[in-house]
Parts: sequence; C-alpha cells; structure tokens
Amino acid sequence: MNSIAYYPGCGVADQARSMEHTARAVLQALDWEMQELPRWNCCGTVYSLASDDLMRHIGPVRVLTHVQELKLDRLLTLCSMCYSTLRRSERFLNEDRERLERVNAFLDDEPDYRGGVRAVHLLELLRDDIGYSALETRVTRPLEGLKVAPYYGCTLTRPRSVALDDPEHPSVLEDILEVLGAEPVPTAQRVECCGSYMTASDPSVVRRRVTAISEAAAAGGADLMITSCPLCQYNLDARLAEAARTGAPRLPSVYFTQLMALALGLDPALDEQVIDPRPVLAARGLAVEVEA
Amino acid sequence: MAEQMRLSKEALSADFARRVEELSGQSPYRCYQCGKCAAGCPFADDMDLLPSQVLRLVQIGDEKVLEARAPWSCASCLACEVRCPRGVDIARVMEAVRLLSLRKGNTPLCTADVATMGLPQIALVGISRKMTP
Ligand code: SF4
Ligand code: SF4
Repeated sequence: MNSIAYYPGCGVADQARSMEHTARAVLQALDWEMQELPRWNCCGTVYSLASDDLMRHIGPVRVLTHVQELKLDRLLTLCSMCYSTLRRSERFLNEDRERLERVNAFLDDEPDYRGGVRAVHLLELLRDDIGYSALETRVTRPLEGLKVAPYYGCTLTRPRSVALDDPEHPSVLEDILEVLGAEPVPTAQRVECCGSYMTASDPSVVRRRVTAISEAAAAGGADLMITSCPLCQYNLDARLAEAARTGAPRLPSVYFTQLMALALGLDPALDEQVIDPRPVLAARGLAVEVEA
Repeated sequence: MAEQMRLSKEALSADFARRVEELSGQSPYRCYQCGKCAAGCPFADDMDLLPSQVLRLVQIGDEKVLEARAPWSCASCLACEVRCPRGVDIARVMEAVRLLSLRKGNTPLCTADVATMGLPQIALVGISRKMTP
C-alpha cells in the first residue's frame, strides 16, 4: 500500500465530507492510503497578493511544517483552493530566503520551516503517480452514456506558476471522465470564475455566474457538472438552485471523486446535494440506492 | 457598466503609483492598454471602471481609483493574469488598491451585510480576508 500525507482543510472537513469519503475509498481501491496530518489549521483560503503581507503566510507555513516533521515532502489536498494557497505560499517564501527567515522568526519557538514541501492535488496524484491505466482497470460500472461538463474554476490552473494543467485548455478532468466511460462536455465556461467567496457578499453576482456556467453545460447536452472545490460546488449547487427559480438550467453538480466512486462500484455519497443528481443518473441506467 | 473615463490633472501623484507598484510588485507602466483583461473579466459588468481603466488611473497616479468599486468586484480569479500580453498581474494591482484604501481607514466597498447562514467556512474566510487590511 502506498501512502501520502493528507490535508483536509476547512471546506472538506466541514461541508464537503462526501468528497473526502469518496476520495479515500477510491484511493484505497487503487492501493493508496491518505494519512491525515495529526495536526492542521486553515490555510487561509485565499492567497495574499500583497508584497508586504507576510502574516498571511503563517497559516500555510504551519501546515507545511507538520509535513516536514513527518520527514515527508508531499502533501495531498482535495480542495483546489487549499492546493493553490499552499503551493503559492511555499513558492513565495522559497524564492526569497529573507521572507522565510522573517516568518520563522515570528513563529519563534515553533520549528523552523525549511522549505520544499509540495502540495499535490488529487488530480495530479491520479494522473502522474497512479496513472489512468491503473484507474481504468478498477472501473466496474462504466458511466456509459453519461454526459458530464467539467468545471475547473480558477485555482487548479491559475496562476501559471502553479497551474496543474494548461490554463486555457486543461484536459485532466476530461481525461478522467473518459477513463470512467463518461462523455466529457467541455465548455468555454469551465475555466471562468463562479464568483468564489463573493457568494458571501454578493450572492446575485454568483447566481449570474452559475447561470452562465450551467447554460453553457446544458447547451452542450450535459446531464451534470463536476467540480473539485467545495466553494465551486456550493455555488454550482445551492446558488444554482436559487438561480433555477428564475430560469437557470437546474443541472446537478457533484465532486469528480463522487463520479469516480460510482464508476468503481463504491458508495458515491450522493445525498448532500441541493440539486439531486440521482434522477439523471437513474435515467442513464446508473441508479444509486437511497440509503434509509 | 463602466463609463467613459475622464482624465484630469487634479490629484495626480507619482508617489501613489509608486506605492501601488511596491505593494503589488507589478509595474503599472508595463500595461499598454490593450484591454484584453477587461474583455475577459467575468465581473466587468459589475465594475464602474474596467480593469484596464484601473491600471490607467494607477499609471497616472490618480488616487480617485481608491474610491472605485471595481477593485471590490474583482474576485482575484486571475483570468486576466494568464491572458495579459504584458505579463501584468492585474489581480495584484486590484489587491494593492483595496489594501491602500482599507489602510486609510475606508470602509470596504463590498455589500455591507455579509450573510453567514449556511455558508461554507471557506467563503467566510475568503470574504473576511478581502475586507480587512
Ligand atoms: S491585458 Fe495587460 S496590457 Fe492589456 S490592458 Fe490589461 S493590464 Fe494592460
Ligand atoms: S482577477 Fe479580477 S480583474 Fe482579473 S479577470 Fe478576475 S475578476 Fe477580473
């Protein structure tokens, strides 16, 4: 059994348990174990874009230091935002030792962070470590006939310095869908922001964005959309359900890990969505039992 | 929708442009006003100034940009960062303008009442970070 240190982050530990549950089960089936860090804290969610704001790198540094203490140099994340924040902070501090020294001085009697711990998104682990052919051999219930629109959002592929795929023409989600037997429906909206945390300050802006995203997916004939971020998922589910009352296409969204679980014959944990994906799955011959 | 921009000689300060440059780590003078950032910004419709116009005001050191709503409508999505032919990270300039405004004690120009009910924690952390210096 291979293993990798794992950082849940607040979003996954809180409202995206179904993502963790399905990721863990899928990795287990692929002979990989996620080892949750014994201690962790919030990464800060959004990366600070100011040059003088070292304080905001403390959160990520503390997380990375826990990995260093385990004598490991990779840290698995499921959430796209954690992935981005951890990788960008690590780069920012590593490219200028003076910044790192100041952060370490601030951390005082906590262990120094020496640099070099790399956050790895689950999509990278699947593509680069496990490989699509290993995934393919585990598929027991191919998602034949299911049309799926991938939604990448922002932080998997931007900025360029930490992009895990081409910023304008990513393919990792489409590739995985094909391995699972589903039909990818790529849209121009798949890399356009859903409004992110503005869901807290400006829900109407987010409703407008998710309307555009779901319209593009529906126009391509998609049955549902997939996401890799708890915040995108919230916006494409809860906010889209609101927007659907005034005409937006009521397309369900699920985490890509949930579709993988379904195709591998594992529990897809599909009972948390506001827009229930089970009717459309059943219509495509992929009925999921509802647990009592 | 952004309005047509009027330039005036009042309140121009090279010092302000320098502060934005320092805080953002981006030279505003690299921008040659092609407008590509504005064309692709998913939130341009909500902005009173287009991203390229924010850049222009910074270039000429016009502190009026501190009162604009545009930087608050920016979600730091970085669509412009990957597309700018001059390699300007506009999201960093937007953040610098927001921070300079907050550090002067100005109220953030996001909708005042943030609803917290049932929202994901990462949305709350994200918006709080945007609204605090
Ligand atoms: S894309 Fe770059 S060069 Fe063009 S207007 Fe925007 S900031 Fe300036
Ligand atoms: S980073 Fe800001 S200005 Fe640039 S495209 Fe995104 S929302 Fe618009």
